[in-house]
Amino acid sequence: MTTAPKQPITDVASPDTPVRKNLIDLGDIESLQILDTDGVADEAFVPRLDDEALLRVHRAMVLTRTLDIRMLNMQRQGEMGTFAPGIGQEATQIGQVHPLRSRDWFVPSYRSFGAQLWRGWTIEGLMLLWDGFFEGFEVPAGVNDLPFSIVIGSQVPVATGVAMGIRQRREKHVVVTNFGDGAISQGAVNEAFNFAAVYKSPIVFVVENNGYAISMPAEKQAATKELARRGPGFGIPAIRVDGNDVLAMIVATTEAVDRARAGEGPTLIEAVTYRMGLHTTADDPKVYRSDDEVDTWKPRDPITRFEKYLIGKGLLDENRIQRTGEECEQEVLNARERFRERAVANPREVFEYIYDSLPPALQQQKREYLARLDRKGVR
Amino acid sequence: MAQMNMVRALNKALDETMAADERVCVIGEDVGVDGGVFRVTKGLLDTYGENRVFDTPLAECGIVGTAVGMAIYGLRPVVEIQFSGFMMQAFDQIEQNMARFRRRSRGRFPVSMVLRTPYGGGIRAVEHHSESREAYWAHTPGLKVVIPSGPRNAYSLLHASINDPDPVIFYEPKAVYRAFREEVPDVPDPIEIGTAQVVREGADITLVAYGAMMRPTLEAVEDLTEMHGVDPEVIDLLSISPMDTDTLVTSVSKTGRCVIVHEGPRTCGIAAEIIARLNENAFEHLLAPIKRVTGYDIHFPFFQVEKHFLPDADIIVDAVKETLAYE
Repeated sequence: MTTAPKQPITDVASPDTPVRKNLIDLGDIESLQILDTDGVADEAFVPRLDDEALLRVHRAMVLTRTLDIRMLNMQRQGEMGTFAPGIGQEATQIGQVHPLRSRDWFVPSYRSFGAQLWRGWTIEGLMLLWDGFFEGFEVPAGVNDLPFSIVIGSQVPVATGVAMGIRQRREKHVVVTNFGDGAISQGAVNEAFNFAAVYKSPIVFVVENNGYAISMPAEKQAATKELARRGPGFGIPAIRVDGNDVLAMIVATTEAVDRARAGEGPTLIEAVTYRMGLHTTADDPKVYRSDDEVDTWKPRDPITRFEKYLIGKGLLDENRIQRTGEECEQEVLNARERFRERAVANPREVFEYIYDSLPPALQQQKREYLARLDRKGVR
Repeated sequence: MAQMNMVRALNKALDETMAADERVCVIGEDVGVDGGVFRVTKGLLDTYGENRVFDTPLAECGIVGTAVGMAIYGLRPVVEIQFSGFMMQAFDQIEQNMARFRRRSRGRFPVSMVLRTPYGGGIRAVEHHSESREAYWAHTPGLKVVIPSGPRNAYSLLHASINDPDPVIFYEPKAVYRAFREEVPDVPDPIEIGTAQVVREGADITLVAYGAMMRPTLEAVEDLTEMHGVDPEVIDLLSISPMDTDTLVTSVSKTGRCVIVHEGPRTCGIAAEIIARLNENAFEHLLAPIKRVTGYDIHFPFFQVEKHFLPDADIIVDAVKETLAYE
């Protein structure tokens, strides 16, 4: 005796309706923009943030860009390792972590200065890690963030696992993880989507569609224009957000975080943004895109757009914008001093944290290594 | 004490650790309702429910990656990968995250989890179901690699692995799963991961093996003692990483001769590592070149001919006789 399939395939249509429908009908993807490029807000959707909170968001975006530019200078002068600037993506960055509480979790990709600073990572810590000092990977006390993994998309299953753990323990925390348009092609990311949906895990996936995976334009990365469309196929609600509109990012992420906290499962947010600068400091974008193309994105700059809005609200003026810029510059320079004080390599710690306790063969290798340092007079 | 096969012994260890520690979760394909394709997780779903026993989607990379996240969150996942040949799908998550997170997070997020998987040949299986690639994981910093050889040590080692603070790859010799029964104690023996076991003391030559290869090795020992008057010492490695160099060196320093048996490919295999360590630490005691009896450096053959590929007692006896004849 065979058991009948749960849903006989003939049930997809009743006999008197035609079986064939549109071959591909994925429905509509909701999209969200609150601020237009002139900084004019659709007041119906503006998040309820008081003046101080709005200015704090502005300052965080300015600080992020200031750090990026300063580190680019440092890199060009030989004082910084190769790193991945995020100029142009500040709204996406700040918006995605804005609704998180300290006991929530953030699992970043490596291009996440803004979000990491917002979460409590220090500027000097980020400088240290990008300049090759392992001390920079120290997760700040009280911050539930994972240090990033460099392999594209490899953090997304881990982030999902954290969310599965939260759900398993019946706790109310939420995970936000981000990755780029390149990562959307990775099997690991798609497997993570499926696990998150199947286990209704409290996680928000933010795909930062910044137009390029190094040289590969997003339209060649995926045959669908809207990466958010990946969501519904997995049973994950998805939204396409203007990633250069910080208010839209805050609203979309807040809704997704609230859903997750309420036990309603994951959300996919596609933040449509643009990498104004380099992939990394080792990259030359002129090889694969024109200055004209970059210029078309300048009027959509997330910081100037938000400034126009705040000026319109009477919260900012040119003087205040200049003062904020100077304050951020000073903050970064102060942090650079702390970075310089701490930028002393410790070659003696490379055997730390490999295992809970070092096995005998590794103890032997450690002794050999330390003896080698001693012979060379390396402290 | 009760007589049981390795499947039952592993099941007993899982049941006991889950009962003792609510952080322990079993995760994998078909581990719930089905009880695992080899039935190692049988009954656990009924006892502990869906919140502790995860029947997962069919995606090894997703299974290992999410288990790492669960371990970071403080659970103790025991992952089952249905066959070790499917671990390649998860290679990236094992290497990037499972093995590295303690280090990457500077000790903040250790990954205490176990990845159980049946390995090895001898069960007349299709392609990708007979591999023995433990060397990959021994080559990966941050992992421990444990391989039991019988019900009793499987039971105790699985207990130890689940309670270990580091990620453990736990290779189960599927050819041994139901091959024989053994007395298994009510509480685990205190075997420390990284400690080999001298299962027979002898004076003439040291035989080193682990996992499924312990059986042909012990068969060879029977033949050698009864038919050839040889008195071999036999070491069951139990843990590939960390490896118990001391026990190996002590034994070979005494016997002066050594044959190593494994079914994985020869080149860069575990035997090569053992030889290197003996070369470093017991060179002046060696009376003969150390011999390897291993799988060949070829893809595991289709099962009609696997018996010619896998090391057997005859070829081990030959290797021992050659080593003893060397002057």
